[in-house]
Amino acid sequence: MTDFNKLEQDFDAWNTKVEKANEKHPERKKQFVTGSNAPINRVYTPLDQKDFDYAKQLGFPGEFPFTRGVQPTMYRGRLWTMRQYAGFGTAEESNKRYKYLLEQGQTGLSVAFDLPTQIGYDSDHPLSEGEVGKVGVAIDSLEDMEVLFDGIPLDRVSTSMTINAPASVLLAMYIAMAEKQGVSAEKLNGTIQNDILKEYIARGTYIFPPEPSMRLITNTFEYCSKNVPNWNTISISGYHIREAGATAVQEVAFTLADGIAYVEAAIKADLDIDEFAPRLSFFFNSHNDLFEEVAKFRAARRIWAYIMRERFGAKNPKSWMLRFHTQTAGCTLTAQQPDNNIIRVTIQALAAVLGGTQSLHTNSRDEALALPTEEAVRIALRTQQIIAYESGVAETVDPLAGSYYIESLTDRIEKEALQYLKLIDDMGGAVRAIEQGYIQKEIQDSAYQWQMDVEKGERIIVGLNKFQVEENPPKGLLRVDPAVGERQKEKLSALRARRNNTKVDSALASLRSAAKGTDNLMFPILDAVRAYATLGEICGVLREEFGEYQPNVMF
Amino acid sequence: MERKIRVLVAKPGLDGHDRGAKVIARSLRDAGMEVIYTGLRQTPEQIVNAAIQEDVDVIALSILSGAHNHLFPRVVELLKERGVDDILVFGGGVILEEDIPFLKSKGIAEIFGPGTPTSKTIEFIRENLKRPLDR
Repeated sequence: MTDFNKLEQDFDAWNTKVEKANEKHPERKKQFVTGSNAPINRVYTPLDQKDFDYAKQLGFPGEFPFTRGVQPTMYRGRLWTMRQYAGFGTAEESNKRYKYLLEQGQTGLSVAFDLPTQIGYDSDHPLSEGEVGKVGVAIDSLEDMEVLFDGIPLDRVSTSMTINAPASVLLAMYIAMAEKQGVSAEKLNGTIQNDILKEYIARGTYIFPPEPSMRLITNTFEYCSKNVPNWNTISISGYHIREAGATAVQEVAFTLADGIAYVEAAIKADLDIDEFAPRLSFFFNSHNDLFEEVAKFRAARRIWAYIMRERFGAKNPKSWMLRFHTQTAGCTLTAQQPDNNIIRVTIQALAAVLGGTQSLHTNSRDEALALPTEEAVRIALRTQQIIAYESGVAETVDPLAGSYYIESLTDRIEKEALQYLKLIDDMGGAVRAIEQGYIQKEIQDSAYQWQMDVEKGERIIVGLNKFQVEENPPKGLLRVDPAVGERQKEKLSALRARRNNTKVDSALASLRSAAKGTDNLMFPILDAVRAYATLGEICGVLREEFGEYQPNVMF
Repeated sequence: MERKIRVLVAKPGLDGHDRGAKVIARSLRDAGMEVIYTGLRQTPEQIVNAAIQEDVDVIALSILSGAHNHLFPRVVELLKERGVDDILVFGGGVILEEDIPFLKSKGIAEIFGPGTPTSKTIEFIRENLKRPLDR
């Protein structure tokens, strides 16, 4: 047994000795901080874990509170899903990239949509001009979805779709397309992001105001729990919150605050928590500070487990589990000496794996400059494969547990995130806190602090503010064919001429009347999609009925 | 006495990434400028209207979606159509190096890429203003 009194005395004596030596040979910095500006002690000892309670704080893997992971054997059973976010140009081009990635050993798909699709505009809408196919694939109707997944076995791959405001429409297209391939909805595996709150906070592809948006979301919870049981109905995302500048603590706190808001909305819509909660999933960022990130993932799991069990009274252990996807931090990539990004991504990916992620996207080295080339994506995927097959870190569960530092960091992140959660609860929840601009302001302050630290040289970014070289602009970057917009417009007008427009009109009329009432909107959306109504037409009806979100602009 | 420089920080197009725009807006404000931020999803028409209405000296455009070749030149064109030629227009974001000569030929004074310190942007504005600052 550790004698804490004795240890404390010894530690004090040791510190005095070190401080004295420091006078001659001082440490590199006066204060050491994490990637999120939290102070770091010289060393961590059992004194930092005096009240440590294994069962309460960690538990065994696959058991409450899941600090050590959601599965009992973690990567010894099955490796994480290697899932590279991809999509650009037309459905044809993106379909080729997906097939390439699957051939290279990727195990799941992740669809990036262009901005018009994400905001519910067809490619021929005036606001889509110049944006079609740029940051993702352009999907206007079921027809494009059929091309996008042509030749891809939907009963064997899982597909994640980064789509939020119009998530129910894209999910409906996926279901309808799968039916045509002969795969029934109950066999489908995948995720829709479907997280509108972080769109208001950080990502910007909102359409409707909070209330109807929350209705669309809870409608998908309800529909999927009965019809698409293996589907992750939401991916509650801290990723973009972190990219916007949040600290690790803020990422956890604001994401879980959003999660609480969705759970409350679903309960209010009379859904049974143990029916929808097991299908909630999360999405986090993995930043540069290896240990802080590992601790962040562990803390997030623990906090969520307690919230779901204690606060919401969920009984099903699956409702307590925080399962998550991770993407490495795009905001840490530099345009300067881009090959260095491969190393950053490696550290970040390692943090995600040591933190127990369920799936992972590794960024490509050229992403501060453009969409990634095929070669850059392959290196990013190989980074995951080297971690998985060569590094040895996947061979035991939660290998960093018990480290005085990791456990202290985990406790600190938990404590500080809980303080934020209390504050947000007191404001009336995440939706109110967003409407008041509180969450946005907190993130902006952190983003500004980071920028100033970099400019003052207090935070070193290799190749950017230290170790710079003269370099030529990089060559061979990916450029999206500007003709994509024209091709999509032609496809759309051909579709509008060919389809049964009476059927489309009647489907859209049914959708409108459902929107005015309280029925689950998934059914009329599915009917409209099957009739080849376009995304813009469907969202257009909902825009007219629901209105559009008006953000609180500030900086 | 010199008046304050007035800047419109604008997000053209559908792009939702505004960490950079907000950091720039705040740093210009901290440098003593009067800054208006448009918020997301502004059309070139809305940006030019706001610029004229607010009587700004500078329009700072931010875009990360790749639609810059379409949207940036449109802002300058619309200013010309409205008879305005003394507003400094420049941009930043994720913009391919090879697009920069084209954008400059269309009247965008400068393009700043990822990693540019805010101090450089502040200096650029002070050195390239087209309107006098003395009242």
